[in-house]
Amino acid sequence: MSILINRNTKVIVQGITGRDGSFHTAQMLKYGTVVVGGVRPGKGGQKVCSLPVFDTVSEAVEKTGADCSIIFVPAKFAPNAVREAADGGITTIVCITEGVPTLDVIGLCHYLKRKNVRAIGPNSPGVISPGKCKVGIMPGHIHMPGSVGVISRSGTLTYEVVNNLTENNIGQSTCIGIGGDPIEGTNYVELLEMFEKDAGTEAIVLIGEIGGATEEKAAEYIKTSVKKKVVAFIAGRSAPPEKKMGHAGAIISAGMGSAEAKIKALREAGVIVVDRPEDIPDAIKA
Amino acid sequence: MLKGQVLTGGRGKAGIVKPVYSEQQAESFARIMLGTTVKGCPVKKILVTELLDIKAEYYAAITIESGMKEIILIVSQSGGVDIEEIAAKSPELIKKVTLFGVDGEISRERLAEWLPSVLGDKSNSEGAAEIIWNMYRLFWDNDCSLVEVNPLAVTRQGLVAADAKIVFDDNGVSRHPEIAALHNPEEYTEDELEARTAGLSYVSLDGDIGCMVNGAGLAMATVDCIKLQGGRPANFLDLGGSSHPDKVVSSIRILLKNRNLKVILINIIGGITRCDDIAQGIISAHEKFHITLPLVIRLIGTEEEKAGKMLSDAGMRALRSMPEAIRTVVEYAARGGPR
Repeated sequence: MSILINRNTKVIVQGITGRDGSFHTAQMLKYGTVVVGGVRPGKGGQKVCSLPVFDTVSEAVEKTGADCSIIFVPAKFAPNAVREAADGGITTIVCITEGVPTLDVIGLCHYLKRKNVRAIGPNSPGVISPGKCKVGIMPGHIHMPGSVGVISRSGTLTYEVVNNLTENNIGQSTCIGIGGDPIEGTNYVELLEMFEKDAGTEAIVLIGEIGGATEEKAAEYIKTSVKKKVVAFIAGRSAPPEKKMGHAGAIISAGMGSAEAKIKALREAGVIVVDRPEDIPDAIKA
Repeated sequence: MLKGQVLTGGRGKAGIVKPVYSEQQAESFARIMLGTTVKGCPVKKILVTELLDIKAEYYAAITIESGMKEIILIVSQSGGVDIEEIAAKSPELIKKVTLFGVDGEISRERLAEWLPSVLGDKSNSEGAAEIIWNMYRLFWDNDCSLVEVNPLAVTRQGLVAADAKIVFDDNGVSRHPEIAALHNPEEYTEDELEARTAGLSYVSLDGDIGCMVNGAGLAMATVDCIKLQGGRPANFLDLGGSSHPDKVVSSIRILLKNRNLKVILINIIGGITRCDDIAQGIISAHEKFHITLPLVIRLIGTEEEKAGKMLSDAGMRALRSMPEAIRTVVEYAARGGPR
């Protein structure tokens, strides 16, 4: 089993004609993902990787039966691309684009919620259910099918952790990069809930970093609602403190945000927090 | 009123916000302020403004609550320099309301109805509603992540926004050239500025191991692991995604400027970043700068085979394991090089 995507997921690529879009379409096809087409306004009728290109998402959905979209379009056009995907009948959106203005993301989150559409990202490396389906830009070959779920705010740090798991013969059910921006379409708590329910996931790895309070919120949720084993790593323990502007951040976060606060909250929730990414496999096995 | 202008908080407590009552006093305070550094930021500018007769200080801030994905308003009738202590000790004096969230946007009328119960004083509520509504419009129109007025001063003439801080969303600045133009290069070191121009995220640290990493999380983890291993990182450098070989060359040029360096660690896991682009950049930099420092390369991910071949053709070698790469650089730094 896996969460979010599986063998039957039918994927379209928005921004398929660009450098990154076309390269990663080929990579996803090579991995075995069922990519059924792409979208680029004004380039309908062309082909990329032998796949049909459509002018609009709704046309692509109608002709291919796609239910998932991966978005590579530039930041300026990404909010419209997300909206178009949701309006066109896509139910799971993975937004790779980085640099999307935060206020646009907030507006989109509430729009998608009303339409019951799930979004991962923006600024996400995507989602992979090893051996089944890859909707993202992660290197597929470092993954291995198995029963550990991985959730992370970071892209490449996730690859580091996954690589360590695989080299220690620990496979993964699904790995998700939720995105490195202040607002995530789907956050730790929502994914923890899905992993807790997923019969194919036995343990969860949570990779966090300093700033914000999202790891602390995850810790709160784990304490009350997650029975599966959770192992965590928090990056940025040795980072110099950030210059702080205004008091609102301190008022809302009330002492949260630092590596120490996150590690403490997670440990209090029963999570095993390790010092280095390479210590994760032993903690999973223990 | 003299107010030292630095891009950090806690100015009142640092003594760079002072009322003055004569020309001489203004001059002597200004001299002191201009020699002051607050949290690493030297005071280079002073704002001279009218001294208000303040009867009470409110606090009002609009910011993003990332957990609920909302824009919220934080208000207190006890504003001023001690607002954080008040929030910690008497949280009941701090009130929050959602301005934009899952239920859409609050109306101007609803805001005006809510404020009197918070401010405890009807006579100022209409003025506060007007100022806060304008703050809210400013927030949306300029892609802000914080608009804070503290103190929102109660004077005989009504409410005055006596001081304000605004933080702009990095991702939103590109659509506001007038805000981008406010960028103040004095806030950065020379290396940090050059890195910024090259589209890199760079922070100087005080060690001797130069780091070039892709992705902020992995870059932070690399710095953490070097320290845990007993080494001293010289910097944090995030190459960003989808990198071009030129970005690698710029990064290495910036690293090499640091005279304290004993070794350079390149730690890359390619996702959207292609290892062949990185290898090409390393090879170009090597030819261009005749690097004499030991270079420890850890390179895996997208197009790693192609990259490995390019490097070995150029007489270089890439490691596969991050712990091995970290152990190697820490050893080299301690001994001043390989063997």
